[in-house]
Amino acid sequence: MQELLEKIFPNTMDKLPEFGKSIVDTLIMLGISGIISFFLGVFFGVILVITQKGGILQNKIVYKILDILVNFFRGIPFVILLTWIMPVTRGIVGTSIGIKGAIVPLVFGTVPFFARQVQSALLEIPSGVIEASKAMGLSPLAIIFKVYLKEGIPSIARATTLTSISLLGLTAMAGAVGAGGVGDFAIRYGHNRFQEDVTWASVIVIVVIVSVLQIIGDIIVRKNTH
Amino acid sequence: MIKLENISKTFAVKDRTVEAVKNVSIEINDGEIYGIIGFSGAGKSTLVRCINLLEHPTSGKVFVGGKELTALSEGELRKVRRKIGMIFQQFNLMASRNVERNIALPLENTGMSKEQIKTRVKELLDYVGLSDKGKSYPSQLSGGQKQRVAIARALANKPDVLLCDEATSALDPQTTRSILELLVKLNRELGITIVVITHEMAVIKKICGRVAVMEHGEVVEEGDVFTVFANPQKQITKDFISTTSNLSEIYNLVEENSLVTQLEKGEVLVKIHYRKAEVSEPLISTITAKFGITFNILFSDCEIIGNSPLGGTVGIMSGEKTEDALRYLREKDILVEVIKDARAS
Repeated sequence: MQELLEKIFPNTMDKLPEFGKSIVDTLIMLGISGIISFFLGVFFGVILVITQKGGILQNKIVYKILDILVNFFRGIPFVILLTWIMPVTRGIVGTSIGIKGAIVPLVFGTVPFFARQVQSALLEIPSGVIEASKAMGLSPLAIIFKVYLKEGIPSIARATTLTSISLLGLTAMAGAVGAGGVGDFAIRYGHNRFQEDVTWASVIVIVVIVSVLQIIGDIIVRKNTH
Repeated sequence: MIKLENISKTFAVKDRTVEAVKNVSIEINDGEIYGIIGFSGAGKSTLVRCINLLEHPTSGKVFVGGKELTALSEGELRKVRRKIGMIFQQFNLMASRNVERNIALPLENTGMSKEQIKTRVKELLDYVGLSDKGKSYPSQLSGGQKQRVAIARALANKPDVLLCDEATSALDPQTTRSILELLVKLNRELGITIVVITHEMAVIKKICGRVAVMEHGEVVEEGDVFTVFANPQKQITKDFISTTSNLSEIYNLVEENSLVTQLEKGEVLVKIHYRKAEVSEPLISTITAKFGITFNILFSDCEIIGNSPLGGTVGIMSGEKTEDALRYLREKDILVEVIKDARAS
């Protein structure tokens, strides 16, 4: 096995510890920024749904501001966002490089996209169900947690899978600011030094991560669809 | 129990306003089943939503159980809503919760313990006849079963009032009947005041004591079901009656010049319509015996509403004393309509 791998992936096997670290870095970036983005995205998605016209806590001003912000940040290409918000990144985590420095732009790049997905996921819930909840005297908070977020689980899970896969793509780009990770590893060796087997190995790792995310997502959706 | 005072509701749709409900005042008594009938767009759904303030009326006051709902804060209103159950045409069950958890939802955060909730849910399931479906999910139930779950959920907090918004409109006739029977049962046994919104005359006839007929946002006729439908004043009320009565079929037959409507000389085609609660008298036997006429019944349609028969008969009358017979019927306050007359020619 060892021999076979060394034959197919000679350059990769040469720097196995570095390759391993890059995978761990990617997973750390994905995990931390994913978890933060999940909660912020759900939060803003819920705010969008409840404040929009006809929502349970309709509020034109809050909705409009949030709507504009989401559109604004979604519109900026991630590579530009990375450098553009560097001062903010430094202000929050003290550095704009490395894994720490990558998390802030990753969150900024992901939350607006995910918030929109959560918004449309929650809007799939029939309005009659929300009306029935109001009619039975549930408070807005109860409607959010017991109805919107409960009924929305399958759609939110679907949106989370989609978003986490695109977040994985962003972590590769974040490698550009010295964040490391598989993407960075592939560019440094596979692209810059023409070590094609490194590119191949990186692709395989990424595909495996994507597949695992997709499988987990599908299981959650299936378990929550009745 | 429920009092609506000069309720109006206008919606702003783009640059114009739509008056969904116009100055409606009705009073619904404690323990009665009150029907509101109208075609779609008549404003009846908006009106019923004004009772629990799912829609806030643009003007007017809403009283339920002596409390002015329109004067309550959001928090107080939520408490009152627990005592006003509501069921819908689309059932509106939570797809992610099984039947038990659907019914338990309105009980959560009301200070009941888990055990108490469990007991209450079981009680409710038994009451609506679904004791074996507690663990099923809504998607596994039939329409009628879903509506039973919705009813159980609406009853969870022991409401004084149940609002039914087209609750049977998505169901087949047999299921409709069983749901209506359930509504009557909880009205009688639990004393719940029920407000029924429907476009189906059959629903009103089957369970309601009093009815309001709505058209273009206004209540155009109101009163006890028998009176309103025995003496319809407005065209729309007549239209509703004809949806369930086949008597008006005669006009189509005449228009088509159907064989059954072709008269011999001296014959009259008449439609007689009972509108008083006294059809116990054998009217047709009486006139045939008394005036020596023959009466050939083409068809007849009679229903019992509020313990009184309502309906009529269409037939061909002939004989020398036809005119006297017709006068006799009219004196009895029977509505007599001569549809075709072959006497003069």
